Amino acid sequence: MRVRRHCAVAGTALLLQALALGAQEHDYITVTSWGGSYNRACVKAYHERFTQETGIRIKLEEYNGGLAQIRAQVETGHVNWDVVDMDTRDAMLACDEGLLEEADYESLPPAPDGTPASSDFVAGYDVDCGVKSLFFSMIYAYNEEKLTGTKPTTMADFFDIETFPGRRGLRRGPNVNLEFALVADGVPVDQIYEVLSTPAGVDRAFRKLDLLKPQAVWWETGAQPPQMLADGEVVMSMAANGRIFTAQTLDKQPLVIVWDGQLLMPGHFAIVAGTPRLEAARRFIAFASSTQSLANITKYIAYGPMRRSAMALADKHETGIDIKPHLPNWPANTANAVIEDVEWWADNQDDMNERFAAWLLR
Amino acid sequence: MTLSPRARALLLALPLIAFTSVTFIAPLGSMLLRSVYDPLVANILPDTVAALKEWDGEGLPAEAAYAAAARELKQARKEKTLGRLATRLNRQSPGLRSAITRTGRKLQREGAPPYSESLPAMHPAWGQPDLWRAIVLTGSEVTPGYYLNAVDLQLAPGGKIVPQPEERRIYRALFVKTIWVSLAITLLCLSIGYPVAWFIAHAPPRQAKVLLVLVLLPFWTSLLVRTTSWIVLLQQQGVVNDLLVWMGALADDQRLTMIHNMTGTLVAMTHVLLPFMILPLFSVMSGIPSVQMQAAASLGARWPRAFWQVYLPQSLPGVGAGCLLVFILAIGYYITPALVGGQSGQLISNFIAYHMQTSLNWNLAAALGSILFIAVTLLFLLYDRVLGLDRVRLGA
Repeated sequence: MRVRRHCAVAGTALLLQALALGAQEHDYITVTSWGGSYNRACVKAYHERFTQETGIRIKLEEYNGGLAQIRAQVETGHVNWDVVDMDTRDAMLACDEGLLEEADYESLPPAPDGTPASSDFVAGYDVDCGVKSLFFSMIYAYNEEKLTGTKPTTMADFFDIETFPGRRGLRRGPNVNLEFALVADGVPVDQIYEVLSTPAGVDRAFRKLDLLKPQAVWWETGAQPPQMLADGEVVMSMAANGRIFTAQTLDKQPLVIVWDGQLLMPGHFAIVAGTPRLEAARRFIAFASSTQSLANITKYIAYGPMRRSAMALADKHETGIDIKPHLPNWPANTANAVIEDVEWWADNQDDMNERFAAWLLR
Repeated sequence: MTLSPRARALLLALPLIAFTSVTFIAPLGSMLLRSVYDPLVANILPDTVAALKEWDGEGLPAEAAYAAAARELKQARKEKTLGRLATRLNRQSPGLRSAITRTGRKLQREGAPPYSESLPAMHPAWGQPDLWRAIVLTGSEVTPGYYLNAVDLQLAPGGKIVPQPEERRIYRALFVKTIWVSLAITLLCLSIGYPVAWFIAHAPPRQAKVLLVLVLLPFWTSLLVRTTSWIVLLQQQGVVNDLLVWMGALADDQRLTMIHNMTGTLVAMTHVLLPFMILPLFSVMSGIPSVQMQAAASLGARWPRAFWQVYLPQSLPGVGAGCLLVFILAIGYYITPALVGGQSGQLISNFIAYHMQTSLNWNLAAALGSILFIAVTLLFLLYDRVLGLDRVRLGA
C-alpha cells in the first residue's frame, strides 16, 4: 500500500515535471533583430509589454541581415530563431526558398477605428512571408560644426566636391551608392531602376561614383558613419537615418540629415519555417505589428510605422521633441525619395557586387 | 592474440587518424568536390535539360522543352526548391531570378499547352534564347564554370571559354596581390625577427627568459584586441598621428592615412605573425654554440665574414621554417585584413569569406579556396625541391 502510494507520488511528480518542461519549451521565443539602438527601442516599445500580457519571454538575438544562418537552421532542422526582423529583399528571397512561414494579414488585429489590418498597412512592398513593420531610410548627413560656409541641401551637393570639398563616408557595396549616384546625376527618382536596368545606366552610375572615389572612406557597419562624422574623419556620410537621429538626440552631436534623394526601405517581420514555437511566434508578430506597438517605436527611434493608424499616433520622442519630421515616411521627407526596388536588387545583386568589387580595386 | 609492433602503433594512432579524417580530410574533400560538382539544375529540371539536348542553341527550343520546363517549375514551386533554382540561374545570367520565380508563381493558377506560347506570355524571358542557354550551361552536374570564374574567365554558349568583361575581373589581380603581400610580410617578419631571435638566443639566461615572455605575450592576447589596438594607434586621429603633429613633424591637416589601407594590413599582419618567425629562429639559434663565432674571430675572420660563413648557414633551417610558417599563414589570413585593410588591403581570403557568408555562392568559394590550397601545396613542394624539407627545423 505504502509502496503504491510512493509510486503514485513519484508518478505525479514526474508528470508535473514533464508538464513544466513542456511549458518551459513554449514560454519563450527567440526574436532576431538588427541590434543596437533599434533593439533597445523594440524592447521598450513592445517586448516588455508582450511578456507582461502573455507570459511568453523573449530571447533577443542580433544579426546583420542575410540568409546564411536561417538557411542553416532550416536545413539542419534545428530552428532556434523564431521571429526575424528582415529587410524586404531577404524576406522575399527566403520566402522563395521556403525558409519562412507564409504570413496571414487576416489574423492581425485591426486598427483602433476598426479598419482591417490588410487595408491599414500601406500598399505595396508585399512579400508572401512577411508582415510589414517599419520604414527606414538611407540618407546622407553632415556635421554642422565641421562643414563651414554654405550647407548642402540636395543629393547633387553630396557629389559636388568642388563646392563642398572633403572626404565622404560611403557604404561599401553597390546598394545605395548606385541609387544616390543616379539621383545626383539628374535621374528622376521614379526612373532610377529603369535606368539601372540598362548597361549604359549602370555605367552612368559608376562614372558618377568615380567623382567621389578619391574622397571616399568606406564603411561597413551602421555604427561607423555617426562616429566618422563626429570625429571629423569625413565631412558628409551616407547613413541610416535612425543612427543619425540617435546621435543627434541622445549623444547631442551637431549632425544634420539631408532628405533629398533618400532611399526608402521597408522592413518585415517573418517566422522561420518549421519552428516548434509557431503559435507563440504568430502571437508575437500580431502584437508587434499592432497599431500601438508600431506607434510606440517612434518614442525611441526615428523609423516610420507602416500602419497608417500608427503613423497618425506618432507624437513625441522620449527626449520630448516632435518625432514626426524625423520619420523617413513623413510627407515632407519623401518629396524626392527613391523607393527601393527589392526585385531589381534580387536579380542584380551578385552582378552588381562583382562590378562594384572590380571597380573598387581599379 | 599478439599484434605486430607496427599494427599496435597504428592502433594507437587510430583516434588521431579518425579525428583528422572527420574534421579535416572530409570537409576538405567536400569543398574540393563542390568546386566542380553542382547538380542543382540537373536535379530540379532533369527533363528540361534532357529535352534541350535536341536544341542547337540558336533560336528557340521545341515545345517538348517548354512543356517539361512548365511541369518541372510547377513541381519545384510545390517542393520549395524554386528559389534555389532561380538563384542559380540568376548567377549565370542576371535577371533570370525574377523570371523563374514569377513564372513559378503564375503557373499555379494559369498556363495551358502549347507552353511555347503560354510561358513567354507569363514572362518575356521565355521568348529569349538567353534563358535556355543558361539552363543548358548550368544543367550538367560537373562543371568547370566555377574554376573559370575564379580566374576571371567564363563559359560561353557552345562550350567556349571567354574572358569575363573587363569591368568584372577581380580574382586574378587579387591572387597576385595576395601572394605579393604575403611575401612582403614574410620578408618584414624575417628582417625584424632575425635580429630579435639572435639577441634572445645569445642574451644571458635571465634576460632571455624575460624577452621570450615579451615575444609570447602578444601570442596569448586575443587577435581581435591586437588588431583593434592598431586601429587606435594608426588612425587619423590616433596616437601616432597625434604624436607626429605634437612634435611638429606634420601639420594638423596633413595627418597620415595609415589604417584601412595596405599599410594597415602590412603593419598589423607583420605584428600578428612575428612570433611565428621568432620562435623557430630562436630555437635553432640557441643550438648554435657562441664559441664558434669566437673561434672564427680568433682565426682572423672579421665579424661580417664569420657571420656569413659560420652563423648564417647554421641558422638557415630556422629561417626556412619561420618563412614557411609565416607565408602560409599570411596567404590565408582574413580577420586582420578585414578589420584594418579598408579597400585596398583586402586579400583573396576576404572574398572567399564573402562568398561563404554573404553571397552564399559556396561553389565559387570552394573553387577560390582550392586554387589557394593548390598554390600553397605547389610552393611547399617547390620549397622541398629547392631547399629540402628535411633542412627545416622548428627546434635545435
